[in-house]
Amino acid sequence: MDSHPQAQTQTPRVARKIERKEVRQVTVRFAGDSGDGIQVTGGQFTNVTAIAGNDLATFPDFPAEIRAPAGSLPGVSGFQIQFSSYDIHTPGDAAEVLVIFNPAALKTNLNRLSPNGTLIVNADEFTDKNLERAEYKTNPLDDGSLAGYRVVKIPMTSLTVKAIEDLNSISHKDRERCRNFFALGIVCWLYNRPLEPIERWIRSKFSKSPEFVEANSRVLRTGFNFADTMELFQVAYEVPPARLAPGKYKNITGTTGLAYGLLTASQKSGLQLVYCSYPITPASDLLHELSGYKHFGVVTMQAEDEIAAVNAAIGASFAGSLGITGTSGPGLALKSEAVNLAVMTELPLLVIDVQRAGPSTGLPTKTEQADLLFAMYGRPSESPVPILATASASDCFDVVIEAARIAVKYMTPVIVLTDLYTVFGAEPWRVRQSKDIPPFEMGPRKWIENGRGHRNGPFHPYDRDEKTLARPWVVPGTAGFEHRIGGLEKGHIHGNISYDPANHDMMVRLRAEKVARIAQDIPAPEIFGSADARLLIVGWGSTFGPIRTAVEQSIEEGLSVAQVHLRHLNPLPSALEEILRRAPRVLVAENNLGQLRRLLRADYLVDAAGYNRITGQPFTVQELKQEIRKHLKAN
Amino acid sequence: MSTLPNVPSSTAPAPALKLSRKDFQSDQEIRWCPGCGDYSILNAATTAFAQLGVPREKFVVVSGIGCSSRFPYYVNTYGFHGIHGRAPAIATGIALANPDLLVWVMTGDGDGLSIGGNHLLHAMRRNVNLKIVLFDNRIYGLTKGQYSPTSEFGKVNKSAPFGTVERPVDPILLALAAGATFVARSVDVYQKHMIEMLRRAALHKGAAFLHVFQNCPIYNDNAFTDFTEKEIRDDRNIELVHGQPLVFGKNKDQALRMGSGHRIEVVPMGSGARGSAVEREASRTRNNLSPTMEGRHDEASDVLHYDATDPATAYLLAGLKPPDFPMPIGVFRETQLPAYEELVHRQIRDITEKRGPGDLDRVFGSGDTWDVRD
Repeated sequence: MDSHPQAQTQTPRVARKIERKEVRQVTVRFAGDSGDGIQVTGGQFTNVTAIAGNDLATFPDFPAEIRAPAGSLPGVSGFQIQFSSYDIHTPGDAAEVLVIFNPAALKTNLNRLSPNGTLIVNADEFTDKNLERAEYKTNPLDDGSLAGYRVVKIPMTSLTVKAIEDLNSISHKDRERCRNFFALGIVCWLYNRPLEPIERWIRSKFSKSPEFVEANSRVLRTGFNFADTMELFQVAYEVPPARLAPGKYKNITGTTGLAYGLLTASQKSGLQLVYCSYPITPASDLLHELSGYKHFGVVTMQAEDEIAAVNAAIGASFAGSLGITGTSGPGLALKSEAVNLAVMTELPLLVIDVQRAGPSTGLPTKTEQADLLFAMYGRPSESPVPILATASASDCFDVVIEAARIAVKYMTPVIVLTDLYTVFGAEPWRVRQSKDIPPFEMGPRKWIENGRGHRNGPFHPYDRDEKTLARPWVVPGTAGFEHRIGGLEKGHIHGNISYDPANHDMMVRLRAEKVARIAQDIPAPEIFGSADARLLIVGWGSTFGPIRTAVEQSIEEGLSVAQVHLRHLNPLPSALEEILRRAPRVLVAENNLGQLRRLLRADYLVDAAGYNRITGQPFTVQELKQEIRKHLKAN
Repeated sequence: MSTLPNVPSSTAPAPALKLSRKDFQSDQEIRWCPGCGDYSILNAATTAFAQLGVPREKFVVVSGIGCSSRFPYYVNTYGFHGIHGRAPAIATGIALANPDLLVWVMTGDGDGLSIGGNHLLHAMRRNVNLKIVLFDNRIYGLTKGQYSPTSEFGKVNKSAPFGTVERPVDPILLALAAGATFVARSVDVYQKHMIEMLRRAALHKGAAFLHVFQNCPIYNDNAFTDFTEKEIRDDRNIELVHGQPLVFGKNKDQALRMGSGHRIEVVPMGSGARGSAVEREASRTRNNLSPTMEGRHDEASDVLHYDATDPATAYLLAGLKPPDFPMPIGVFRETQLPAYEELVHRQIRDITEKRGPGDLDRVFGSGDTWDVRD
């Protein structure tokens, strides 16, 4: 049957009549050595899957070492993608198809394969040496230990080398390295994916070396044809396009979402974007990406350290730009002194924290959401800072725009919490039209443009807007408004240094009140599911996807459960208290030991329970569903 | 919509603008200790600021923490009293956001060289168009008398009751090594000299570093009197002036020359050490002087003539100090390189010219997209 309309015409057609089974959703995982090109393979498969119109979510899972010894267990790199014909929110718990490039990858990834799942193995790599490196005593391909799976053994390396042996200008080693495209070709066949977009990518990637274009393209097609002619699989699959909200879509990672959002914030506010950052995983990609947008007037500065990065961003904001700094947990710790300076000087500043796992340097390439309390309280004294969190890759776009709006409207630093899983993961994003995004409300900066400012004679840098309590943002270079700000306590309105006790008390309260008033801009959180559900799951950040899926499936199974997902963590939405009080049972699910739960319990005196699992990995849907059942039973 | 800042222009003197020192004095009560050297730096700065012909609103004075860092409150310009050691980083951000401003960093030896050493190094290394004034009293004042990174080895103070066993850093050597394109030194009590140094730092485009010896009457009084006392200062200082011979002394009777093994030596002038024509020629070549300058050699044949573009001599001179040598003041180094923020904005301009101004819809719609219909 020929029921795959999205396949491009030039893709080699399936030669024989093969059954194409329609499935709604599939999870595929690639795993191999960190030198095997796993992320490229996964990324290209993601791209053609997106073009085929499926909804998708991805999860790159790679080691902290750039190149651990080849074939070793710590050197294994993975990439998981779930794609579907409906709206999905996670890269899937376990894979139906696992593509394995060597024994070490098998050992570390087999637990991610579903029972009866398909295991596609590069058999060439199961040598004695590689088995030993992976600490296998016997060859798992022969010893019967894989009996519960459909194992497809393919000598990928040798077939790859053979396919391009006539390309004399390429070394044997480089020929071997093309094998990831062989595997990609096989998986493309299995899910009827078009090859042209991948070939297009190969042409642009290797534009300087035609022989590599030829080699990789040929190997890709060889893999595809091999799967077809060798009848490796009894059945191939078809995942129909997803029915998403109408519009134009493209596939983006969370990093791209952040970058697009920041570019938009810059244009919609008319403020030059000054992004100052110090390299740190997993935040560095944002520096890389923004550095490519100089024609947007974007200034990027790779600072000498985290402290310089945030201080330079503050300086940029003082001088009238939108100062932004990005980092990850350990870097956020270094920045806290300067974030407090921004609190005291009441300057707009965006601090993007891409959370990663563990205290100190922890697990730099694994995910977690445990910086919430640090963002809330990780500064000396009373230091209120608004906090927003991103729920997914595409949500990053909207969150940073909103964070920037809050920063300039309320004259305050804002912390955006995202995480490794979100910035590296990809999903479809409905392409926005610039004209649909409203310009920024610029707050007291307008005072000067309108000729206001001198309320009682001289200009007062700590005069405040009555509604937002924001102070005026008058930038150096503006004649007649010369003033000085700094980290010392200042007198109300006039802004001169003040040690007056009553003034300090007032200023502390004013700063807190200003941040609290941001709640007036925050809509009530949406309740997914019935407002009368017996169990309400509250989450924030990237656990959105697994929680949503678990709640969706549980509701389908007839369970009385609902979800509230928080974008605003400080201040919390005003409507939240009522929602929590009405829920018979509240479960706060977090990839930490209960940080939001603490805040909710402290603020609202609700008896919230917690679901907390900290493995460096995103939540799985199955675990959450079990937890839902447990709580509904206990209730 | 674009708010691309302009390339620096206003730091060039605008002759029509007549400002006085008073225009730069703020209404804030100054809270430095009586007799503090900071007062004379403040006086010199406000005087120099007024001479520049740059409108007040174009000035931004940035500081860190410490006595000297109260400076921004006392000048009637834009000011930012930052945090410990971070002034160069804050100032870099300001310069990046608006290269049209004249940005000053006022810092102390502890603030600039200890807690903020890294930022200072990199601001100079990048050649950010900052005017960095380092107030050096060789002590921590605001925290009440601990040794600083410039305190002499063996110095006894609050945190080193038995004498410090740390070796001091030399701010001039550090600035030279970091690549500051203008490096100079002055002394709080040399008012006229300091005004001139501040003025020249202001006119220099790029990272200008001015090291100022500054007395702390409370915790380190008379730290510099061995070369600043009126009666002896002419004999104990030597002023570095580009193209001029390195002659010093009340009666201009002493000079510096290059001795054997690249060691600087003090030689008396008029001692008859005229040397042969061949030696004179050799000295001229060594000092990289034009033949017309040769006539200025006067009495000592191989007196060094100062060349502020030659880093090697600057390093040698930076190491000199009393009692064996006069303390060098003046301009150690002055050279022109493009400023960091200028390069940043030039790159933005070039790429914008090439690609056209950023278009959100074009970026959003780029790459592989697909349509979902109803």
